[in-house]
Amino acid sequence: MSTTGKVVAINGNMVSVKADGNVIMNEVGYILNGDKRLKAEVIRIRGEVAQLQVFEQTRGIGVGDEVNFSGEMLAVELGPGLLGQIYDGLQNPLPELAEKTGFFLERGVYLEALSRTKQWSFKPSVSIGDKVNAGDYLGVVPEGPYEHKVMVPFNLREEYIVKAVVSEGSYTVSEKIVEAEDSRGGKKSFTMFFEWPVKRPITLYEERLKPVEPMVSKVRLMDTFFPVAKGGTYCIPGPFGAGKTVLQQITSRHAEVDIVIIAACGERAGEVVETLKEFPELIDPKTGKSLMERTIIISNTSSMPVASREASVYTAVTLGEYYRQMGLDVLLLADSTSRWAQAMREMSGRLEEIPGEEAFPAYLESSIAAFYERAGIVRLNDGNIGSVTIGGTVSPAGGNFEEPVTQATLKVVGAFHGLSRERSDARKYPAIHPTESWSKYNGIMPVDHVKYAHDILARSGEIEAMMKVVGEEGTSLQDYIIFQKGEFLDVVYFQQNSFDPVDAAVTPERQKKVFAQILLLLATELNFGDKEEARRWFYQMRQKYLDYNGAEWRSDSFKNYEKEIADILQAKSLGTDKRAASILEDLKK
Amino acid sequence: MSKVYSKIESIAGNVIIVKADGVRYGDLAQITTSFGTSLAEVIKLDNELVSLQVFAGSRGISTGDEVRFLGKSMQISYSESLLGRVFNGSGEPRDKGPRLSENLISIGGPSFNPAKRIIPRNMVRTGIPMIDLFNTLVESQKLPIFSISGEPYNEVLARIALQAEVDLIILGGMGLKYDDYLYFKETLEDGGALSRSILFIHTAADPVVESLMVPDISLAVAEKFALDGRKVLVLLTDMTNFADAMKEIAITQEQVPSNRGYPGDLYSQLASRYEKAVDIEGAGSITILAVTTMPGDDVTHPVPDNTGYITEGQYYLRNGRIEPFGSLSRLKQQVNDRTREDHRPLMDGMIKIYAAYKEALEKQSMGFQMTEWDEKLIKYGELFEKEMMDLTVNIPLEEALDNGWKILSACFEKEETGLRSSLIEKFWPADSLKSKAGQE
Repeated sequence: MSTTGKVVAINGNMVSVKADGNVIMNEVGYILNGDKRLKAEVIRIRGEVAQLQVFEQTRGIGVGDEVNFSGEMLAVELGPGLLGQIYDGLQNPLPELAEKTGFFLERGVYLEALSRTKQWSFKPSVSIGDKVNAGDYLGVVPEGPYEHKVMVPFNLREEYIVKAVVSEGSYTVSEKIVEAEDSRGGKKSFTMFFEWPVKRPITLYEERLKPVEPMVSKVRLMDTFFPVAKGGTYCIPGPFGAGKTVLQQITSRHAEVDIVIIAACGERAGEVVETLKEFPELIDPKTGKSLMERTIIISNTSSMPVASREASVYTAVTLGEYYRQMGLDVLLLADSTSRWAQAMREMSGRLEEIPGEEAFPAYLESSIAAFYERAGIVRLNDGNIGSVTIGGTVSPAGGNFEEPVTQATLKVVGAFHGLSRERSDARKYPAIHPTESWSKYNGIMPVDHVKYAHDILARSGEIEAMMKVVGEEGTSLQDYIIFQKGEFLDVVYFQQNSFDPVDAAVTPERQKKVFAQILLLLATELNFGDKEEARRWFYQMRQKYLDYNGAEWRSDSFKNYEKEIADILQAKSLGTDKRAASILEDLKK
Repeated sequence: MSKVYSKIESIAGNVIIVKADGVRYGDLAQITTSFGTSLAEVIKLDNELVSLQVFAGSRGISTGDEVRFLGKSMQISYSESLLGRVFNGSGEPRDKGPRLSENLISIGGPSFNPAKRIIPRNMVRTGIPMIDLFNTLVESQKLPIFSISGEPYNEVLARIALQAEVDLIILGGMGLKYDDYLYFKETLEDGGALSRSILFIHTAADPVVESLMVPDISLAVAEKFALDGRKVLVLLTDMTNFADAMKEIAITQEQVPSNRGYPGDLYSQLASRYEKAVDIEGAGSITILAVTTMPGDDVTHPVPDNTGYITEGQYYLRNGRIEPFGSLSRLKQQVNDRTREDHRPLMDGMIKIYAAYKEALEKQSMGFQMTEWDEKLIKYGELFEKEMMDLTVNIPLEEALDNGWKILSACFEKEETGLRSSLIEKFWPADSLKSKAGQE
């Protein structure tokens, strides 16, 4: 007999319910309102009154309305059929909802996340007598470009002995595929899907490893200068209009991972639409199939209920962890974590908790840390490696990085890609600030090479600042050349033309090649008579590089440009910087 | 369900509390005071205590006044007879026309399903070169006009209303000065557009709470018309007043403020209104233009800041002109490749040169020596400001593009423009302003 209760108070999307029995923290309850059942989650219990955040608009709820507690925490369905889906924050499939309710999201309509009628061709990998534990593979079904591993539900603590297995063939997700028995003779049957509560991390692995292998994004500035490792975390804070979402979209398209999960959390619906309409048309070069087949979209946009916005990032990361358990590399892109934090703030306010900075709850930092900590690269029980990488955008109020969400995020992430208003106003893409951003991961280039280039950039920035005061005429030729080198690096390497089919996504192989040439240029002492000559030379070089960047990898024109560039450089070379000797030695190898 | 309660437990700010049962969250009640009647909305329920937000304000309410619950939430009549009419924030007529009560619809309805949205594809022509040419307004876009008090933002709105090719204009005024209300009414009347307009007006003299209803009522009506196939343009002025009204209520409700006194849900509140902008497949559309005044010209103030994160760009109105820098239409790329082939290159090229003009101007004011190139830039900048930025300029896009070429040819040699040779060949005017200027 499950617990029921009656509504006693309503304030915004928070409803207080007097319960007639036991209530579990974070369990799901349904408020009966007319013919609708409105989903809600218990977020505080005081005596016999439980406070629930409602995942819907609360208009029309009255004191005395009945509430049914489910006894289950907020959970998602895990099984074949997740890839290519578009869900809301509670894992309702949005296209199916549209079929049912039309243009608008009617409240109280919840659909099954996984189709119960679709047939999957299941191939068992266990046989009678095998012992299985939670997370062990029972068999595989093909899903999109991958072999989806069907697993023993993660919440089972016992060891089971397989007593019966279906033969290879087509089944729906709800059909029994394996029957098993625990040590006390308790019977259990498994289907291809099960549920898992979103707010609990999945920890069924042998060990967590250190993230070292770079996750290639094909954005030069990220891969070369501020790399992210598989299983790592990074954040992209930036004021509005600096290009956070564009950067995320490009990454979701080109990142070299198996699965991309896009969590559009409290942002514009229009931006999700572009992904929705374009991805099915785009081909993933790695698998040869449509990009949509490796993508899951969790879309809880800004006008959708706030409580499910809070849930949406957990839904997304849980799906990520599920695919990680199959030995796949997953990238979760959360846009924007600030909206998620604001959802927490709204709830905290309704609960009348003592506010922290800018009225965010005191547990803001620990919640953000706990979320990012769900990223990681792990060695699974069968020895395979799987990873979840998390990249979250942050939308700081007023573009000021000192605010609580940005600061709490910076404490826990491994890389910081700060977007700057100046760079985006100057139409520099990506607008990642090259001197303020940082990364703790190793990238595709040796550290000292990157540092050499970065030092020149920093020096160039200083000289530029000085030139603003003393003018060009007060700057020495030596300094002026360094300034031009920094500018050059910015224009031809940091900036990328996202509309150019070649320049939009640069492979690590190409990055290494081009970066080596740029290092050579940076390390070369150049012979110029005056500043005007230097400027013209750099403009010429810049133009060549821009054409070179647009040339197909290893095409004839690519090679021609390469040769021209080398000749132009050679003509003005006076030798090389001694401090770069070891780097140039490396490059020769 | 018309039980009458005649004991008000408490009155604080514009919120009163009565003891009642059978009341639902969001329901309306009618309060009869010695000054007349007012609507009130249930904003909190705590056992039998019902908190009501009184639209007319609580001034003059007696603890013994009558409260009658209507058993329904806020609704507004939807029909063709709304056209040409003016209402207040409670949906009551402001003109001399009859009250409308047929075909009532709820306000603040559910969110549009993101999966049903389509990529916007139609330009909205306004006749303002700084919009049409440089930051094209797109059907279903939501755009604020950031500005400071004193700027002619309402004039800009009225002009766009008159000239935009839309079927229907809905004007939502919040905290509008009475003069501005009359200005809108007269301008629409004189321009012959009143018959395709609906006005929901809350003036600065009206009770604050009523302004909270204006965006919801305007957008609920807009949504219905859009579903019926109309292209609707919703103009909201001024959203900062709306946010300030929310702040006032939140504070009297003893909510914890987040940033400069604004409630923590400011973003969600604004977003749920702006996100009503939509292009509905097989039906009409809603485009939203909303004035957001920036206190102290500070774009990091919570209202413009949160707005910027929600909307698809912004127009900066400064010194009576739409600024080319900072103004941005995020959706312009969806349409400006299908207008005329020189639209995009001219848009980028002219702004780049205008940026150079600004630098030259700085140089001039610092007393540095001016080169011949600088002189050219200065001439260009002045022409640009006169022919493009001046808000009295009222020409179709094609003419604005032609004017762009004329300005360029009046100031520069062909190769100095940085535009592609093929375009220059096609569009460079044969008899340029320059030769005329030479004769003068």
